[in-house]
Amino acid sequence: MGEFKVHRVRFFDYMPSGIRCMAFNQRTERLALARLDGTVEIFNFSDRYFQEKVIPGNDARSVEAICWVANRLFTTGLNGEITEYDLENLCPKYSVDAFGGPIWTVACNALGTHLAVGCEDGSVKLFEVLPEKIRFEKNLDRQKGRILSLSWHPSGTRIVAGSLDVINIFDVQSGHMMQRMLVDRGTVNSRTRECVVWSVFFLSDFTIISGDSSGKVQIWDSHTGTLNKAHLVSKWDVLALSLSQDESSLLAGTSEGTVVQFQFLSPTLGASEKEWVRTRTFKHHTHDVRAVAEIGTAVVSGGVDTQLVVRPLLDKVDVKSYDTGLRKIQFPHRPLVSCAAKAGLLLFQFPVQLELWRLGEGEGPGRPGHSLIVTRKPEKLLQLKRKGEDHICCSAISPCGSWVVYSTVSSIRLHRLQYDGSNISIAKVPRLPKVLRSAHQLCFSADSSRLFVASSRSTVHVIALSQSECKYLHTFKSSSGSTEPMHLLAASADGRWLAAANRACEVHVYNVRSRKPHCIVPLYGSCPTAMAIHPSTNNLLMVHADQLIFEYSIEEKQYTDWSRRVQKEGLHRLWLERDTPVTGVTFNPSNASQFLLHDTYMFCIVDQRLPLPDQKAQLYNQLTLKSLSEQDRKSYSHAFKFCKKYQPLLCVSVLEDQSVVVVERPLLDIATQLPAPVRQKKFAT
Amino acid sequence: MEAPAEIRVVRCGGSRITFRKAVFTLDSKFLLCPSGDAIKVFSSSTEECVHVLQGHANLVTGIVLNPSNHLQVYSCSLDGTVKLWDFTDGILIKTYVVGPSIFSIHVSKKHDGVVFLVVPMASNKSQEVYQLVALHLPRSPGQEVEAKEMSAVICDISPLPRAISFGREGEYIASAKGVQLSVYFFRKQKEYRFSLKATDKKGAKNSFPCVSCHPEDDCIATGHADGKIRLWRNFNQKKEYTYSTEQWHHSAVAALTFSPQGTKLLSGGTESVLVQWHYGAVTKKDFLPRLGSAIEHISVSPDGALYCTSHRDNKVIVIQSSLKVSAIIQGLVTGDDVQTELLIDPRTKALVLNGKPGHLQFYSLHRDKQLYNLDIVQQEYIHESGLRQYGVMQAAFDSDGAWLATVEERAEEDGGVDVSLKLWAFSDAAHSFQLNTTIYMPHEGHICSMCFRDGGETTTLVTTGRDGHFKAWVLAEDTDTQGISSHWSCEFVGDYHLLTPSACCFSADGSLLAVSFREVVTVWRPGTWELLATFSQPPGDIRDLCFGRLGCSKFLLGTTTEGVLCCWNLLTCSVEWSTALDVILLQSDPLSDNMAAFSAAAGSTDLFVFKPSEPRPLYSQKAVSSGVVRRAVFAPHQEALQSCEESAQWLNRSRLYFLSDNMDLMTFSIKSEEDRILASSKQLVVDDSVALTPFCLLLGKHRQAQRNEQDPLCEQVAARTQLPQRSTAVRELLHTPAHVLPPASHLCTMFVNSLLVSKPGVRGAQESEEEDMESEKEEEMGESEEEMESRDAAGRPAIQNEAADGTASLSKGQERELRQIRKADFSWVSAALDC
Repeated sequence: MGEFKVHRVRFFDYMPSGIRCMAFNQRTERLALARLDGTVEIFNFSDRYFQEKVIPGNDARSVEAICWVANRLFTTGLNGEITEYDLENLCPKYSVDAFGGPIWTVACNALGTHLAVGCEDGSVKLFEVLPEKIRFEKNLDRQKGRILSLSWHPSGTRIVAGSLDVINIFDVQSGHMMQRMLVDRGTVNSRTRECVVWSVFFLSDFTIISGDSSGKVQIWDSHTGTLNKAHLVSKWDVLALSLSQDESSLLAGTSEGTVVQFQFLSPTLGASEKEWVRTRTFKHHTHDVRAVAEIGTAVVSGGVDTQLVVRPLLDKVDVKSYDTGLRKIQFPHRPLVSCAAKAGLLLFQFPVQLELWRLGEGEGPGRPGHSLIVTRKPEKLLQLKRKGEDHICCSAISPCGSWVVYSTVSSIRLHRLQYDGSNISIAKVPRLPKVLRSAHQLCFSADSSRLFVASSRSTVHVIALSQSECKYLHTFKSSSGSTEPMHLLAASADGRWLAAANRACEVHVYNVRSRKPHCIVPLYGSCPTAMAIHPSTNNLLMVHADQLIFEYSIEEKQYTDWSRRVQKEGLHRLWLERDTPVTGVTFNPSNASQFLLHDTYMFCIVDQRLPLPDQKAQLYNQLTLKSLSEQDRKSYSHAFKFCKKYQPLLCVSVLEDQSVVVVERPLLDIATQLPAPVRQKKFAT
Repeated sequence: MEAPAEIRVVRCGGSRITFRKAVFTLDSKFLLCPSGDAIKVFSSSTEECVHVLQGHANLVTGIVLNPSNHLQVYSCSLDGTVKLWDFTDGILIKTYVVGPSIFSIHVSKKHDGVVFLVVPMASNKSQEVYQLVALHLPRSPGQEVEAKEMSAVICDISPLPRAISFGREGEYIASAKGVQLSVYFFRKQKEYRFSLKATDKKGAKNSFPCVSCHPEDDCIATGHADGKIRLWRNFNQKKEYTYSTEQWHHSAVAALTFSPQGTKLLSGGTESVLVQWHYGAVTKKDFLPRLGSAIEHISVSPDGALYCTSHRDNKVIVIQSSLKVSAIIQGLVTGDDVQTELLIDPRTKALVLNGKPGHLQFYSLHRDKQLYNLDIVQQEYIHESGLRQYGVMQAAFDSDGAWLATVEERAEEDGGVDVSLKLWAFSDAAHSFQLNTTIYMPHEGHICSMCFRDGGETTTLVTTGRDGHFKAWVLAEDTDTQGISSHWSCEFVGDYHLLTPSACCFSADGSLLAVSFREVVTVWRPGTWELLATFSQPPGDIRDLCFGRLGCSKFLLGTTTEGVLCCWNLLTCSVEWSTALDVILLQSDPLSDNMAAFSAAAGSTDLFVFKPSEPRPLYSQKAVSSGVVRRAVFAPHQEALQSCEESAQWLNRSRLYFLSDNMDLMTFSIKSEEDRILASSKQLVVDDSVALTPFCLLLGKHRQAQRNEQDPLCEQVAARTQLPQRSTAVRELLHTPAHVLPPASHLCTMFVNSLLVSKPGVRGAQESEEEDMESEKEEEMGESEEEMESRDAAGRPAIQNEAADGTASLSKGQERELRQIRKADFSWVSAALDC
């Protein structure tokens, strides 16, 4: 299969940000998730939980609440503004100041006509949702104390607002308060601390469910304003609640890292009278669970420990399949590392800065599985802070290592790097062409003479780079008319071809030399997660979110024989049921028939000359093969060879000298950088 | 005449009262516990055993109240019968013969005339597979009825009763086995099975040992091996069932019960903590810790006011719902191993053996009740496996029970032992044994045996040690600053050719001491400590030594490891007789010259009873117990039996108790004695309007004595009217709150007077004569009468004689009157003493 010298990189201090809130759009099956640093991510739950879109954050903008209105996404934050996002250009569309201080919560009514926001000054403000904008309509009666949670009654006539120590019910028509329900502070912490109603829900039968900082989930009757039942769930706060679509199940996320499920059951079988009963408890988090969502077949939860956990409810699924496994999404589904193969440089992308590292060097011929003596340590050459308040959304380094480019939602900056082994100098390239305002993806050609910039409305700009100048050459427009953002770019080694994939699953191939669109790869239903063009055959290799692999011959404008064989025989079940999408494709320079794929937990070498594994064959068969004789090995070996030694992987790439760079980010390092969780009594401590 | 087969080995009490759940009666006044072959009815307030329901021929495996008549109770047993009892009167009403061994019984109000039994599946006897069957009880009138109409309900279930529970109003029944919960709905006749994962991922052990159904809601609680409690709901569908999980226990939940109202869930396990969960708010829970031993069963009274926990150390605790212990019923504690010999405390005639770790328990055999525990080690016992802790290894009483010697040992890490010998003096003031002397390391190494010198002017204790010495300890007085105090000190250290001594024994009068050194028996004179004689019977080391008693005191018996029982004549210093018998235990009866020898043969133990003077056994029985009998003791009867049968005469004065291999206390009983007890117990009728306090029992006996006194023929109107007055006075005194009563000094005479029996007025001679006839009749009837009466009758001849000698001058009428008074007084005073 081949031996490689491996650079095992563990100095990428990538730190994901904690999850603040989320909202699930049942209709489109998209989960919108906001992180503590203001990043908004959208996951497509119908496409293997693929992280479809990422809207980078901004220092000035924090997100406290998130809300879908049909297909429009609104967030509110501590800057007192309501922001709508442009999901095609992946940037905020506009912001409206509510003039009520920081906004803690936002809720939309069932019809999607109005937004209600809860402000620091105790007011609940209604906004009318109009096409392309929102307009202030009215204030409900202002109360003392900030509004931390809101919920509309499904009929749209009532709003319940959770505040400090109190839950208020407003009539939407008149704007007057109808009920005021005092929340017990509880004895758990101290009576002097206010009880914060973190989350509240208005059910269609006029029941109100609240979760508060004294650890209670309380069920109220809104007509009489009386407490029906209190469930003490946690010693600490209940931070988030989520109600299922049919109002039969409720989830509560607590500071202890648990998610508690309540179900609306009848105490005696067959009776119609029902009550909320605490049932299951899930514990997949170590820190505060700040957001929960029930999506019908699974419980989704996220919190300060940065991971998104999808826990399927096994009683709701019929057959064991991909969806029945527990899933933890910790790392972004896009590369954050770019590698200059010729220069041996690595560019790490952080939200607010870039870091450039030179790889170390090892000595001597080592034995397989052993580590070499490091003669030159890896070295951080450069730390490049971004300009402005916007976070970096993409970056790239040219293969020769002399160009570094990054983009925020508002600007693109290209830097020229001069590095002669000891001295480094960097110079910003002034006067970039006017078309370059922002980029969704950046890519250099193999000879570093061209920069491809995927920009808004599915366009790709081609920039010629030379020592003296940087010149705009051409813009490839989407021939299909799609306006979805491009998220993958791949340039061929000979500089002729450019492949670009957008979120609408289209893959366009352009001829760079003739500056014409070449073709569109037949549309496939799942989003491509990684692609690359083979350096010698110019075949385009694509891996999709559903783990299928396609090879497309650009010159012949058709799938290759190998690709057809893959489609015909199908891939192994274990391969298809893997957890994380493939985020990188590279080719083995020494063997044209081999390519490398990697996801978070493994990388594998696929040999196109070997037979594909059939369903009954053992997929992870290296150990078995080792024990077999030479003759038997032939009959047992198949195309896939796995390496799970390095986990979790953020990047695998092949350098010019045939060595492989793997970038790992150990989970333990992330865990140690998290804030301390709430104190919990552990048995036998 | 009685045949020899009439002697049989019986469980004599001391059996486990915690084998199965105890059951409260509907009014919570009584608690029914299965105890061996019998069911004991305890008063839940006074801890007294009120009745013993006897009749099953094998272990009782379950009791349930009859749902259609709360004064009756069903019991099932391994003998394959279900019996219906009236527990207030202790009467067996009906016996249903089922056939196969029954492992548990369940009833529900909804299923009238049906009991649910767990029986082995008939199809495959080799594997232990059980099924739940519904047994329709036939309504035929006879005493003993064949009941064969059975229908299977659930197959493949756990035989333990705690793994089965009836749901709301008997609509369904839940059963747990392994990692599977099965729920059977009677109306739909449909069974649902829910399984948990069998894997031990993350230390989870999902098997269910116990299950309990909520009485009103459709909620099933299951306790798991890893300490979790799951509450299952929505279990009438295959898939959308749901459960919530709670955990407090760190090891398996052994018992789980909902209260009858369903507001509380009680659980317990090895932690010895009763946990009370609030249903509906499961995060709220209350604890009753330090219950002493692992909880095995929990039951709740029908009104929910009392809980009852059964513990591994054979203890039943009655707990109020406010989690306050209100009563403790302690049975005989037989742990995994009894280290000490079985002893009889000469004062209380109680059986003494190891109880709780580090304690000696005093167990009254007559009342089948633990009297008290004596803390020997006086160190906290730590429940942790592998910890080396002190254990009581030996104990000995002197002849009048004034001294108790105990030996405690702890194994050291280097293989040595830490031994201390403690001597306890009985203190009359404290009514208990108090530590007098502690001798640390009396011997270098283990102490092999120890005995007190029975007769003689000074009390002497002899110990033999593994270090090759035997030591004599005497009570020495020494004067120190606090005054004169007496302590034990070593008087003599003896050895014999540096051999290791094993057994030691004093003769009955204390004039000789026999110590065995391997195969040699040495006889010493205590006091001067000179070696008088040596015997030996090679090959084989001496295992047990025993002097003959009473008429056979010239004989010394010894058993060897090579299987020889040998009798030496001390006068001639020669072997009187010897026989090849592998005796593992030799025990002499202190009240007669009989000896009992247990010999092991092919997995069971045989018993031989003989007199040392002749090698012919008085009585022998093969296979008295399976396994090896290690401990046995003769305990004196409270009153001597009159048995004419030769083979049973050895049981007249004492009773032989032994501990079987699985730690059951067994004894030998004669048919006639059993009959007598059975007859007497039938006469006891509980007046359930009176709470059974000790005072009440005293009064009751007193009243009974009076009632007997006033036989129908000599009823006096005056006396009759007097009686209720007196008792009302007492009742007023006892029931009026203390703060409203006049001073005690004022009341005292009144109270005492009310208790005294008034002197009968002038009686006509005819009346007395009739009475006399009556009393004679009583004497004839003897044993059939109530126990108290019969004892009195037995005790009377002596008094009569005395009276005849001393007061010959008294007229017959006077004498009779005197006797009358004596009789009446005597009975109730003795009753008072008993209490």
